[in-house]
Amino acid sequence: MASNKKYWKSVEELKDSSVVETLSKNEFVEEIPTDDFLGDKETLENSSTSRRDFLKYVGFTTAAASLAACEGPVRKSIPYVVKPEDTVAGVADWYATTMADGYDFANVLVKTREGRPIQIMPNKEANGTTNARVQASVLSLYDEALRLKEPTKGSTVISWADADKEIGAKLNELKDANQPVVLLTGTMASPSTDKIISEFTTVYPNVEHVVYDAISESGAADAFEAMYGKRALPNYDLSKAKVIASFGADFLGDFHGGFEKSYIAGRKPETGHMSYHVQVESNMSLTGANADKRVVVKPSDQVFALLNLYNAVTGANIPSKATPIDAVVKTLSEDLQKAGSKAVVLTGLNDKNAQLIALAINKALSSDVIDVNNTLNTRQGNDAKVAKVVADLKAGKVAGLITYNVDPVYTLANSADFSEGLKKAKLSVAISTENSATAMASEFVLPAPHYLESWGDVMISESNFGLMQPTIQPLFNTRQLQDTLLTWSGNSTKYYDYLKINSAAILGTTSWNTVLHDGSFNKEVTASNTAGDVDINAVAVALNKATKASAFELNLYAKGGMGDGKQANNPWLQEFPDPITRAAWDNYLTVSMADAKTLGFENPVKDNGAINGNYASVTVNGVTIKNVPVMVQPGQANGSLGLAFGYGKLAGLKEEMQVGVNAYSLYANGNNVQYNVSIEKTSEAVHKFACTQVQKTIAGRHDILKEATLKEYLTVDPKDHKNGWNVPAMVSYDHQEVEAKSIDLWDEHNREVGHHFNLSIDLTSCTGCGACVVACHAENNVPVVGKNEVRVGRDMHWLRIDRYYSSEVETREEAKELGLSRAEMYSALETEAENPSVTFQPMMCQHCNHAPCETVCPVAATSHGRQGQNQMAYNRCVGTRYCANNCPYRVRRFNWFNYAENKEFDFNMNNEYGKMVLNPDVVVRSRGVMEKCSMCIQMTQATILKAKKEGRAVNKDEFSTACSSACTTGAMVFGDVNNKKDEVAALAEDKRAFHVLDYLQTKPNVVYQVKVRNTNEA
Amino acid sequence: MKSVALHNRLTNVFLKSLTLLLILSFSFSSQAQEVDAARQKEGRKLFRSLCASCHKLDKKLVGPALGGVEDRRENDWLQSWIKDNTALIKSGDADAIEAAEFSPTAMTAFPQLDEKQINDILYYTTVGDPVKPGAVADVASASEQGAAPGWLIYILAAAIIVAFLIIASLLKTISELKGAPKTPGAVATINEVWEGVKKNTFLKVLTVIFGALVAAYFLFGTLFKIGVEEGYQPIQPIAFSHKIHAGDNKIECQYCHSSAKHSKTSGIPSVNVCMNCHKGISEVADDTKVVFEDGTLGKSELDSEIAKIYDAAGWDADKLEYTGETKPVKWVRVHNLPDFAYFNHSQHVTVGGLKCQKCHGPVEEMEEVYQYSPLTMGWCIDCHKDTKVDLKGNEYYAKIHKELAAKFGVEQVTIAQLGGKECGKCHY
Repeated sequence: MASNKKYWKSVEELKDSSVVETLSKNEFVEEIPTDDFLGDKETLENSSTSRRDFLKYVGFTTAAASLAACEGPVRKSIPYVVKPEDTVAGVADWYATTMADGYDFANVLVKTREGRPIQIMPNKEANGTTNARVQASVLSLYDEALRLKEPTKGSTVISWADADKEIGAKLNELKDANQPVVLLTGTMASPSTDKIISEFTTVYPNVEHVVYDAISESGAADAFEAMYGKRALPNYDLSKAKVIASFGADFLGDFHGGFEKSYIAGRKPETGHMSYHVQVESNMSLTGANADKRVVVKPSDQVFALLNLYNAVTGANIPSKATPIDAVVKTLSEDLQKAGSKAVVLTGLNDKNAQLIALAINKALSSDVIDVNNTLNTRQGNDAKVAKVVADLKAGKVAGLITYNVDPVYTLANSADFSEGLKKAKLSVAISTENSATAMASEFVLPAPHYLESWGDVMISESNFGLMQPTIQPLFNTRQLQDTLLTWSGNSTKYYDYLKINSAAILGTTSWNTVLHDGSFNKEVTASNTAGDVDINAVAVALNKATKASAFELNLYAKGGMGDGKQANNPWLQEFPDPITRAAWDNYLTVSMADAKTLGFENPVKDNGAINGNYASVTVNGVTIKNVPVMVQPGQANGSLGLAFGYGKLAGLKEEMQVGVNAYSLYANGNNVQYNVSIEKTSEAVHKFACTQVQKTIAGRHDILKEATLKEYLTVDPKDHKNGWNVPAMVSYDHQEVEAKSIDLWDEHNREVGHHFNLSIDLTSCTGCGACVVACHAENNVPVVGKNEVRVGRDMHWLRIDRYYSSEVETREEAKELGLSRAEMYSALETEAENPSVTFQPMMCQHCNHAPCETVCPVAATSHGRQGQNQMAYNRCVGTRYCANNCPYRVRRFNWFNYAENKEFDFNMNNEYGKMVLNPDVVVRSRGVMEKCSMCIQMTQATILKAKKEGRAVNKDEFSTACSSACTTGAMVFGDVNNKKDEVAALAEDKRAFHVLDYLQTKPNVVYQVKVRNTNEA
Repeated sequence: MKSVALHNRLTNVFLKSLTLLLILSFSFSSQAQEVDAARQKEGRKLFRSLCASCHKLDKKLVGPALGGVEDRRENDWLQSWIKDNTALIKSGDADAIEAAEFSPTAMTAFPQLDEKQINDILYYTTVGDPVKPGAVADVASASEQGAAPGWLIYILAAAIIVAFLIIASLLKTISELKGAPKTPGAVATINEVWEGVKKNTFLKVLTVIFGALVAAYFLFGTLFKIGVEEGYQPIQPIAFSHKIHAGDNKIECQYCHSSAKHSKTSGIPSVNVCMNCHKGISEVADDTKVVFEDGTLGKSELDSEIAKIYDAAGWDADKLEYTGETKPVKWVRVHNLPDFAYFNHSQHVTVGGLKCQKCHGPVEEMEEVYQYSPLTMGWCIDCHKDTKVDLKGNEYYAKIHKELAAKFGVEQVTIAQLGGKECGKCHY
């Protein structure tokens, strides 16, 4: 039964670790070393500061501080000279635009204050979604350290006119000599840019345009082309799916750009139906963590399992091999066939043949879920062409190279070849928003604006035509690629005019202004792609040949926070903990528990809550990366290793951001699975992880979560004493068992009058992506504290997403009760840890109506508002930290330092550009105070004020918080429970609703919905 | 010779009388040229309402200076030009075409004016503004001279006190001389009391306690004033007088501080808002004065202050065009709230319907703005505690006010009862 499940956060908890025990009792693990100093007579005597000196210092500083306080600073108020008509200082403007940085594509809304973008939100009306990277992209705009500011030649700054003249002359010279020039760009998915490039290549026929994606999905595009005759990515509407079988496709992460919205749309238990999701994978991915059934297997076995599935579904007999999961595949094939057109198979292997097998299975199932007409344009890179460019460059056959926002020197496995070739080129131009290794190696460097400063159009899918508009004047002397190419082609049209004319053809009768306002245009899909014949047998033969099962296989992956590393200099993303490992500021080799034991890797927990690790050296095809930190990962397939892209980037980055190792150097031929890997423990040196995994422990309260299967949800009474899946806490009162919430120590306040805010978090819909975490950072000026501070548990995240592993065979105590011997116990626990199920739980201040923190504050700095919010008056707080110690949810954060204007924390709050992202409606907290989630009181107050000014009642679902606005799956719903029309009013009373640790009777205003899994029971 | 002499004499007399006559007639003619005050007034009124936005008498603005225009143009021509200049230009009149080239902005036609009114305006352009009687200033200075200077009162008071003391001492001496017993001196009396106090422990304790309380009271009062900037009156980069603008000319506060209705900030007006009026007002009236604590600014100083706006806006007052070279005005902020306090103007102005003066004081009387209210939390809370919300007609409050009024058993709830005293409403 579900409620018996035990939850654990780290591998160490399963072992006999007294450290974890200690940690569970301490909120603030770092002891202040007073005893070390005062207890030691010798140190005291040798100290140069005598007692008298100390008193002098105290006296002087007190006097100085009081004197300084007497005279306030003179503050200037500088108005516009000519105020733009539609700007009112102090009032936010929102603009719809479209993000496209080559890796992330999204329809977004941009909040600007006084002409500065300060926040990105999904454009929900345009069906837009955001992830942590999209949310954080607003900070990359202000990356003063990395962004390019002036056109340069070598190391000298030149004017745009001179750059045009010199490059134009070179281009003409190369054209006359008919020497090839390559224009290397990332995926832009922009119809107007494609047209401009084709015009450019008409003027310069020697120029070839090659698209290069750092993380390639070339295999999927090639496979689609082979079967459907068009080079694009198929689209998937997972809301239609009854059965989803994924072979290593991280479709809640970066696979084709992500499908979390339609995936969750198909998993609403209220409808009585949920898709059944089976994930076959080696790394523990975000998608696997959300799956109903997760099958752990090595990458090579995934390939054979996919082939076996094809055989099972179609009855064919293409060559394959037996795998340990053949029985699972057989059942899966039955499930898929039963679901028929409502079933879909996806694979994340970047291999044309593997992708063809998946397409063939979908074709055999005549799947409705896969959409072959409304195709995606989000990955257009072509590995074969890129490989040829590098080879030609090395051979000196390419005379000129123009790169646009790609960094092959960093992202290519054979970057040495590329760099060597680049030196031979007669013309090298890097058009780039940010500085990079490639820009540093190029002769001409032309700065391009950030997407928030640019015009553009983005065709995310065939039906989604989005416009990109500037939301700020360009910060630096930049020029868009399109304007540059138009100039070089001898076309004097401005790109803005060009774009308008070009869009008119697409928009038809819809006006430009309407689409600019809406952000996107729903274009009719006219394509009708039909499947051609592909010789699947030949495909299978090739696939068998390419799959070289070996003792260790490496699966390279992208993290939710870092992605392809484009935004590696973004402190929000560096500090964003990985949803699975909860480690920030790092990448690492993930190793299964069994392999770790064999190879001698460990992750001991230190008594301050930090975890350590060992180093390994990894060799693939003769390329070795040394000193890769190792993280033991429950749920990792034995014999498989995982390593994330995006780290180990050095060029131009701040020193603090130069973390991790560069996984691209092992990314030979764009294959995300590499065979024949050897791994070796290199040294006894200790790697210090910044991992929040064991911090903020659950203090032994293992029933923090509630889960149910879909069958239980539909058939069992939630409050049933024996089998119920949402049984409320019971207490004994007058010798009778009653619901805990029916009795109370305090007099209940009347909460019927006015607004009363609740936040509902659906654990079934939460994928753990973390967009809300970054949105909270942006909205509430949450500071970045850096790797060392995170390591010792001083992270400032107001909102964190706890990740719990759970297993049916439980704790050591229970194993003892079962009478298992010590050896048997360990083996039982470890078996469980091989494939635990995962639950994500966003955790922030619960805004308890009976808040334990409020009663212990000696200065009444934290108090309860009538609208349900637990309020924190920072200016009143004296920093006793009693509240945090008394908080059962461990959500209060202590401001140990000034994080703004402090060169010790050289992140965005320490430079003039980075500070432009701060929200002017929320204070930047000073050192020595407690801070925590305010339930975005500035946003609720603004909504109320808007209604007051317009003289009306607050509309249905008008209230929102940053996290609920950022959540695209609808897991977080915020509103006023006293307004019965608000969605949250019904959710708070839902049969799935529960309060975390309800037996403590804190009566939180954050309500969770029981996680429901579809175990595919009849 | 005689005759000559006579002739001479006669001539002399003649000449003398002629001179006298001339002088007399001159003085008479000057009497005859006395300004027709009624016409001047009427003309001035019309000029100021219709012409002044583009014309001045002695300076070019959008249009040319109009002083003495009657000397330069025929009355007929002026009549038809003013009534409908476009028609005149179209008729091919050479003067009109030349006049039209003065400015790219075409002049408004005034068909509503009749001949007399136009003549009145023209009369005004010729005679100019009525001359201020010089007596006014004289009277003012005379009245000032008539009043006793302040220091005289102090001297008088001191003299009276001294006189009293002398009289008292004289009386004492007299009574002593008459044989009355000698009273002990004041010093001796104090010494006696002091000796008594020193012996009485209770009194000593009482004195110490009293002293401590007084010290604490003053210390507390002083410390509490730290950071309270009531009366803060910084020197601004432009000697802008709210008294002239909001007081004398009755310009609505929110004409310039327009974002107070919409935003958390009231908004310092941008320079283009100043230029709405100051494009046409490059100088102040002759007798305008701005009196500051440390000096008085007269016309020439104030005109140069207006020139500072032109400098900021990049307005070339001679060519009457924008140069494009702008520079923002760096005003000094008078009302400073700490970052941890959130205040929203629109809540108070638009929703609460407060007058600006409620917090900012009589700004319309201030030559230079100072902080009128203490802006302390206690000051905010006091108002929130006492003010009853009167928000009839605002649907937002309809339900909540009814429920709260029933809950607290009052007819009208206060802001505090609405939740306006909660920490989180202003601190986030």
